[in-house]
Amino acid sequence: MWPTDRFRRKSADAAPRPETPLVLIGRDGRRRVVLAADAAAHAAGLRIGMPASKAQALVPGLIVHDAEPDADAMALERLALWALCRYAPVVAADPPDGLVIDTTGADHLHGGEAAMLTEMVERLAASSITARAAVADTRGAAHALSRFGGGTTIVVPSGETARAILPLPIAALRLAAGTIDSLRRLGFETIADLAGTPRASLALRFGPEPGRRLDQALGRVSEPIEPIRPVEIAEVRRNFAEPIGAAETIARYTGKLVAELCAELETRGQGARRLDLLFLRVDNRTEAIRVGTATPVRDVKRLTRLLTDKIETIDPGFGIELMRLAATIAEPLRAKQTISSLASPPEPDVSEVIDILANRVGEDRLYRFAPVQSDVPERSVQRIAPLAPDTGEGWPGHWPRPSRLLPRPEPIETVALLPDHPPVTFTWRGVRRRVKRADGPERVFGEWWKRDAELAAVRDYFQVEDENGERYWVYRAGDGEDAATGSHKWFMHGIFG
Amino acid sequence: MSISAPPSAISELRERIARLEGSNARTRTVLPFGVAAIDGVLPGGGLIFGGLHEVAGGGNGAVDGAAAALFAAGIAARVTGKVLWCVTRPDLFAPAIEQVGLPPGRVIYVEAGDEKSVLACFEEGLRGGFGAVVAEVARLSMTASRRLQLAAESSGAIGIAIRRWRRQTEATDFGQPTGAETRWRVSVLPSKPLPVPGVGRARWHLELIRCRAGESADFTVEACDAKGRIALPSDVADRPLQKEIGRRRASA
Repeated sequence: MWPTDRFRRKSADAAPRPETPLVLIGRDGRRRVVLAADAAAHAAGLRIGMPASKAQALVPGLIVHDAEPDADAMALERLALWALCRYAPVVAADPPDGLVIDTTGADHLHGGEAAMLTEMVERLAASSITARAAVADTRGAAHALSRFGGGTTIVVPSGETARAILPLPIAALRLAAGTIDSLRRLGFETIADLAGTPRASLALRFGPEPGRRLDQALGRVSEPIEPIRPVEIAEVRRNFAEPIGAAETIARYTGKLVAELCAELETRGQGARRLDLLFLRVDNRTEAIRVGTATPVRDVKRLTRLLTDKIETIDPGFGIELMRLAATIAEPLRAKQTISSLASPPEPDVSEVIDILANRVGEDRLYRFAPVQSDVPERSVQRIAPLAPDTGEGWPGHWPRPSRLLPRPEPIETVALLPDHPPVTFTWRGVRRRVKRADGPERVFGEWWKRDAELAAVRDYFQVEDENGERYWVYRAGDGEDAATGSHKWFMHGIFG
Repeated sequence: MSISAPPSAISELRERIARLEGSNARTRTVLPFGVAAIDGVLPGGGLIFGGLHEVAGGGNGAVDGAAAALFAAGIAARVTGKVLWCVTRPDLFAPAIEQVGLPPGRVIYVEAGDEKSVLACFEEGLRGGFGAVVAEVARLSMTASRRLQLAAESSGAIGIAIRRWRRQTEATDFGQPTGAETRWRVSVLPSKPLPVPGVGRARWHLELIRCRAGESADFTVEACDAKGRIALPSDVADRPLQKEIGRRRASA
């Protein structure tokens, strides 16, 4: 039920109610089949592997969505990381829908095995994830018991694994679906049936797999867990025997720390995107500097410059006894050949100065404009990151646009003929201007496909020039005939140069 | 006005002065406007790379800076490399900047909180590998402009300070001396008359108010085209017969 639980969590408020059956479908070869079904769907008689059309025919009002196996697997990895931080040091994701945790030596921290399992299941349930948990001597047995044991939490005491799993159906053995079908046809129902049969004939017919899985479940062969590792943050630190406080001293040690960190990053083949420099003061308070970069950087001089620019924001108090520098966001950075072009010299790299500016005025204050497919002027531009790839796209250039666009259109008093004449005179900010020349109208329709309120909205734009030659962009809300298209008031929207 | 080639004594003196100045000893390249009348007035035949240039709007343009922004964008469009544009008021409309030849991929905008940080960003940009840096500033002291000029000299970028004030009365500040190479004022003029109703190509009254080692002048020009070039109006460049002008006036 992991995929459906994840779907519900992802959709948050938009998720279907828990009592409505939900299935996720995907392709199995050429057929569209149910890949995941939630509790309500199971109760309604739907099974995994059932054709999608049959499921829809069986349950009216069934909610069907496409399965996302890759996203499920990634989310499972994240869940494994969570379990790693919380329960035990050896954790692995067990796709498609399980986690395997080596709890040896870790259970007493959570009040024993039973208490730990209960807490685990309850905690997941609180995040609306249905889970069942089992503890056994072997990974295979725990896997089988959690899925086929018939309880939410199962604890098998040490040494009683065989007794616990022998009555389970052979489907619990992690065998391929085809093998299970063939074994059933031969009359094998439970693991006990399989365990009591001579190996040689089984291996002859089904290969080594059933024997291996049986041995793994019973603990006769070892089955190592390949644990996930949390991404370690590159971090360097320096203790001071005598607390430091002078800005120059801080700057000097910042330079040394950056050099160490860059060496560390180089061994990992990474560059820093964000650096956090923490200062632990003698009075047990922490001061911090955070800098970000637009591209991964491993240049000592450049990173030092970014950090030392902000030293003045630090209050050293009675002195600093520990400095820690961590690359909290790091991305791969490989050495690359500088392009040598015969035709033209390469364009100088501006990422360094962009980083300096971004850390001075703020990342969101540094941007490029990019076109948006919209006829409404104020919606036709969006801000993008300064070093985002250049798509080469521009705005359609067949209509003149003002170089200054007012942040919001300002109402003006006009004398104008309806329906489609430009104003003869207009008064803006208390100054009356007589229009000598005008161009227009350029009609802009509301985006009714995005906003219901703009179903009929129209703006008629005019470029007008007064007797001094000053050119303005004015518009009338409405098409001049139909009151439903707008208020027919006039607005100033921009100034041409 | 025609500039005759200076005699050898004068050129020798100029060389000696250039040697004394030191930093300017290297030959300085210029960005010509492509209009002979303007380039002839500017020393070297164009806007000097590695220098600070000031542009202000005349009349209402001192407050909205619309024409000045287009004039600056037209210069920046003809420079190679990326362009940094420092503003305090984000009212620039990027499609118009593209229409004078500066595509959105080339311009990076910085929205600084106050005048002081605009100047700091301006100086940082001038040192940092941009082809041209444009900043909209109100006050520009001698010290600040000198710093900017030195920063521009160190990298060879063109720095353009668009002087833009909050109120019309503050525009008198434009009379104060600064360390800029040139100082321009762009005022709008009625657009080129068309044979049909409509607004023609915009025209500017372009005043070169101050120019280091040059004389001031003023021109009537047509606004930047899609490649950022200004042009002399055709009736000035190829002046028609006096009689013809009279006839056009009569028919208008």
